Amino acid sequence: MDAPSLPRARRLIPVAASVSVIALLAACAGGSSTGGDNTFGLLVNDDNQIVQDALTSLSAGACTEANEALPLEIETVPQSGLDQQLQLLGGQDALPAQFAASGSPAVTKDLDEAGHTLDLEATLTELGVIDDIEPAALSTIENLYGGFIVLPYQFNIEGVWYNKQLFADNGIEVPQTWDELTEAAALLQEAGVTPLSASGEQGWPITRLISGYVYRSLGPDALEKVADGGAKLTDPEYVEAAQAVADLGASGYFGQGVGSIDYDTAVSQFLTGSAGMFYMGSWALGAFNDPAQNQIGAENIGFFPLPEVAGGAGSADQVPANVGLPIAVSAEAYTDETGAWLSCIAENYGATSLGDQGTISGFTVGDEAVEVPALTQSVQDTIAATTETTLWFEALFGAKATTTSQQNAAPLVSGSISAEDFMAMVQADLDADK
Amino acid sequence: MHNVLGDRRAVIILLGPALAVYTLVMLVPVLWSLGLTFFEGNALFGFDAVGFENFTTLWNDPRILDSLWFTVRYAVVITIGQVLLGYLLALLYVFALRKASSLIRTLVFFPIVLPTVAVGLLFQQLFAIAPQNGLVNELLNLVGIASVDWLGSADTAFWVLAAMDIWRSMGFYAVLLYAGLVEIPDDIIAAARLDGATGWQMVWRIVVPLSMPVLLAALIFSINGTLKVFDSIVALTNGGPGDATTPLTLYMFRTSFSYGEYGYGSTIALLLTVLSLGVTLLIFRSSRRDVSGTDR
Repeated sequence: MDAPSLPRARRLIPVAASVSVIALLAACAGGSSTGGDNTFGLLVNDDNQIVQDALTSLSAGACTEANEALPLEIETVPQSGLDQQLQLLGGQDALPAQFAASGSPAVTKDLDEAGHTLDLEATLTELGVIDDIEPAALSTIENLYGGFIVLPYQFNIEGVWYNKQLFADNGIEVPQTWDELTEAAALLQEAGVTPLSASGEQGWPITRLISGYVYRSLGPDALEKVADGGAKLTDPEYVEAAQAVADLGASGYFGQGVGSIDYDTAVSQFLTGSAGMFYMGSWALGAFNDPAQNQIGAENIGFFPLPEVAGGAGSADQVPANVGLPIAVSAEAYTDETGAWLSCIAENYGATSLGDQGTISGFTVGDEAVEVPALTQSVQDTIAATTETTLWFEALFGAKATTTSQQNAAPLVSGSISAEDFMAMVQADLDADK
Repeated sequence: MHNVLGDRRAVIILLGPALAVYTLVMLVPVLWSLGLTFFEGNALFGFDAVGFENFTTLWNDPRILDSLWFTVRYAVVITIGQVLLGYLLALLYVFALRKASSLIRTLVFFPIVLPTVAVGLLFQQLFAIAPQNGLVNELLNLVGIASVDWLGSADTAFWVLAAMDIWRSMGFYAVLLYAGLVEIPDDIIAAARLDGATGWQMVWRIVVPLSMPVLLAALIFSINGTLKVFDSIVALTNGGPGDATTPLTLYMFRTSFSYGEYGYGSTIALLLTVLSLGVTLLIFRSSRRDVSGTDR
């Protein structure tokens, strides 16, 4: 073992070392892009089932040809991890062909500024399908992002959905003012149902009530003033809005343990009849129109815009609208095959989304006769009648202020923090961003 | 064999690849992160030098104090909990259960094998209040106490976290300390018995001093692990309610990867490193004194 074998061992050492170095280099060089050059990748938040289902259905239907050339590949991440995934992939030039825009438009604008998002106006014009985008959706996107950089797979309005049966049983009229809303909530609570179903785990369903109050009391430009620095969330008239929502929580109108209620539970509370009202966007129509989920019946669901605040500058005609968590297209991953997909999507997505899911998108439906559920039709009518739209609470905030706002929504309504502290925390992050 | 290991070139070549991997995956990122503390920016936009600005931000950031206080409180409570309970379990294995302890050892050790996320979900369900009561609230209701929103307030969420992490890891520390306890020579124990030592006297005067080295190793292990806690908190509370259970690690992660402030995130990482280093040195110093005192 000792002396005779030593020279051979010595000769083997450089060989072993070379093998090690090669193995090391190979290991370091591996795993470059997650984007995948040969697929039509989609990185999307895992709770956005509608887009996944509609695109999957297109890949097997109208877009089979595009899918054969560039197969659709869907990757999901929790919405809470989406921002970091986008920033990391963007930094490595490894974004997939399509990716869900962040919950904070600021992150998507950052990606756009860094040249990662495709200019869809130019691309869809070149592809000759720009007319397949609804003008209202286009203007909402431009208001939010400063340009047409995301696809309007959804076009939503938001407001309060209510259980008609529970309202009738308890003699409740559709509320016209905020005070009537709280009275309705009190009656529902007396009747033993949760008045307002909301996901405190997500936070945003609660902060949207704050922005709703702000728009009703201070007018549709109230949050733009905050973004411009012309007003502060700590001003008494803004704190009043947080206080109004905190009061709903203090009265127990969100039920117990609102911080642990996730999105699906909130939806199911409403659809099983254990909650009387549900503030949500019209993307929830997919669930409302699904008989497996909806035990109260679609005909039993009504919609009213968040009511007015007495003496306020805003009106209930100003409806919050958005394009959901829209999908951007990677500039780096764009090829002719991606273009074929985009053309097919522009031409067919509207009908697929409306026909299969009963949800409204920002794509035109074309000449096809699509049978639309009554509830969806009523939302379409509301959209058609809306002349002025507003944004959501965090729409103009940076990522940090958005996280702070959504994380502290549940503590606000459970009374762990005061309305002043809530607004001060969010304002501090807004100030730090400037 | 001795000749090969005596040859400096062979040693360098044999150690080289491991050292290169270590340098690449540990030292380079650590130094890189240290350098980033003087920059601000992110992977999308590149980085700008900002001098000591990140350190002044750190000094003035009220959330750092909250996170630091939570981190230290968590580390102290969990360390005491898991080492103390681990030690008591080890004593039970060695002196009460003896050879019959293997089944209990396995059962108590089992939670450490479970994925953290699964344990987090299990405790979420145990302490749930909505959409329906978990087991704990059901038991409270049985004895006439109203349901508690355990994860909805800062104080109760902290204690649920503590219970979860202590339950999860005490079996591991029990086995670690058990290995130390079985090393105590039987004749010393027998001699102490002959001298009339019983029960606590035996534990306090004989067993604890003789197992001090392994006890201190467990302490260092535990405090460093708990100062850097991340996964169990993300799985159970995700730092909430609000940011009441946000340790430095989670704040650092969010700052870097959600807010895109890599420089400031690295500065928080540096604070955490200094904290871990300080605590380890402190324990090492006292351990050296204690252990040598025992040896004498």
